[in-house]
Amino acid sequence: MKKLNLSKNAKHDLVTYGIVVVAYLVMEILMKAGLVSSLLKGLLVPLCIYAIMAVSLNLTVGILGELSLGHAGFMCVGAFASAFFSMCMKESAMPGGLRFLLALIIGALAAGIFGILIGIPVLRLRGDYLAIVTLAFGEIIKNLVNVLYIGRDVDGFHFSMKDSLSLNLGEGGKVIVNGAQGITGTPNDSNFTIGIILLLITLVIILNFIHSRTGRAVMAIRDNRIAAESVGINITKYKLMAFAISAALAGIAGVLYAHNLATLTALPKNFGYNMSIMILVYVVLGGIGSTRGSMIAAVILTLLPELLRGLNDYRMLIYSIVLIAMMLFNWSPKAREFREKYSWKRIMKNGKKEEV
Amino acid sequence: MALLDVSNLGISFGGLRAVDNFEIHIEQGQLYGLIGPNGAGKTTVFNMLTGVYKPDDGKIELDGKNITGKKTIEINQAGVARTFQNIRLFKELSVLDNVKVGLHNHHPYSTLEGIFRLPNYFKVEKEMDERALELLKVFDLDKEADFLASNLPYGKQRKLEIARALATQPKLLLLDEPAAGMNPNETKELMDTIRFVRDQFHMTILLIEHDMKLVSGICEELTVLNFGQILASGQTSQVLNDPQVIKAYLGE
Repeated sequence: MKKLNLSKNAKHDLVTYGIVVVAYLVMEILMKAGLVSSLLKGLLVPLCIYAIMAVSLNLTVGILGELSLGHAGFMCVGAFASAFFSMCMKESAMPGGLRFLLALIIGALAAGIFGILIGIPVLRLRGDYLAIVTLAFGEIIKNLVNVLYIGRDVDGFHFSMKDSLSLNLGEGGKVIVNGAQGITGTPNDSNFTIGIILLLITLVIILNFIHSRTGRAVMAIRDNRIAAESVGINITKYKLMAFAISAALAGIAGVLYAHNLATLTALPKNFGYNMSIMILVYVVLGGIGSTRGSMIAAVILTLLPELLRGLNDYRMLIYSIVLIAMMLFNWSPKAREFREKYSWKRIMKNGKKEEV
Repeated sequence: MALLDVSNLGISFGGLRAVDNFEIHIEQGQLYGLIGPNGAGKTTVFNMLTGVYKPDDGKIELDGKNITGKKTIEINQAGVARTFQNIRLFKELSVLDNVKVGLHNHHPYSTLEGIFRLPNYFKVEKEMDERALELLKVFDLDKEADFLASNLPYGKQRKLEIARALATQPKLLLLDEPAAGMNPNETKELMDTIRFVRDQFHMTILLIEHDMKLVSGICEELTVLNFGQILASGQTSQVLNDPQVIKAYLGE
């Protein structure tokens, strides 16, 4: 009995990991064979980034059941914290691999800490307060980074919120964070393989979390807060934990982002409100609460506009039709019935029965 | 000494005195009923006993420990578990997981042990699975262990709620209208279940109920509430024959 129940989750998770690994191998083979356009090649790391973002947001929206509209804000924190660290360490003797590993930890920690800071006051409240506060947070962080100037010379670090001149850097001093121009010259440490590894790590963390005692408590809170309290679950603690993990993983996506491009700037396009909504769209279309679904939706919806580039004028039209179709396929009762009737599991089962 | 000692309990909402001067003394192993017309304040009493509301005055003692005004979690950990009038299950979790959430505080391992799947994770999860299945078997729910809780029929959902409450290893079990919405057959089965729980787990049970058949069938003692005040209290047969109680329930 026990085996049946455990292995069911485990099997489901293994398939999810399998999909990622297979997708990776297929892409690698295609690249070796020279069948991948340079456009697609440039998309590989962003694909991993968006998949990590979607999977981590799903933890907040699907598992914890709270709406967050500022997920890109945590990504922004992770990106700038790690890029700043990498820039400081660039000239030191530290090997690149170790530097990137430390950057990852710093990015995740920084984003996680911001998650806790926002979560402590907001997650105590019931209702949609988290959505409002995270929305504001995302915008504030983006704008804050745009007026932040940090430089370093022999005396140490200099901060300013005005312009790079008011940093008063001494001889040989360098501006690291240059306001709206962001951070220039971040080491290009991330690549497709690293992206896939980080995606796998994210998946392992999230799926293991969901299927542990803590994850159960979080889902119990989502399903019925009052009942969860009545069986002795500490509501605030578990909400905060899930939210902080979600934020920290968004920070990891940010690190990947920062180390994929030579210039890191906080624009509305990459860290703004639109981005947060995009990620939310992935989660909703992937089926709220489904980790695998979020990941697949992120990949499809990132690839689609690029693949349709040739169609130019009709690109966004087709994109929106696909959005609607996916929504219907995932959520309408009739489509759900259809999927249950013709699901792979069912077909396999029937096949087996016939054999017997 | 009684297991549950409540004296002089009262609470007001705005100007309304919802419960006034309420007292109840329940001995270990007793099956105790709390009845009264709609709006008499029965559920309010439950909510004060479980920390959902903070009483304005009075004292609640469980097993000699003062639990007045404590938080719901603390009261649960002190040994009070409850079910709800309108069923509150974790709908998207499996039947087994519902009970495992109830076991949460008694089978701990850290979040990191869970994420990294350290040996302790497997050990404790196995313990939890076994314990949860044991409990489900008692309620004849073990065959549905993998079902989503929301897919269970109504009567079984009620049972699952009791199983989940028992998983927290309470000293006192509060049942809020367990027979609400049940047909006579289901009600009869429920009566057997409640008696069984008391005998099997040596549980002390306080229940709110409207179904007089159920109340007179299983409760040893009763307290009747009317407009927030105690109307009568004592042996079931005595209380049910009290002219004041008959008047409150049936009118003149």
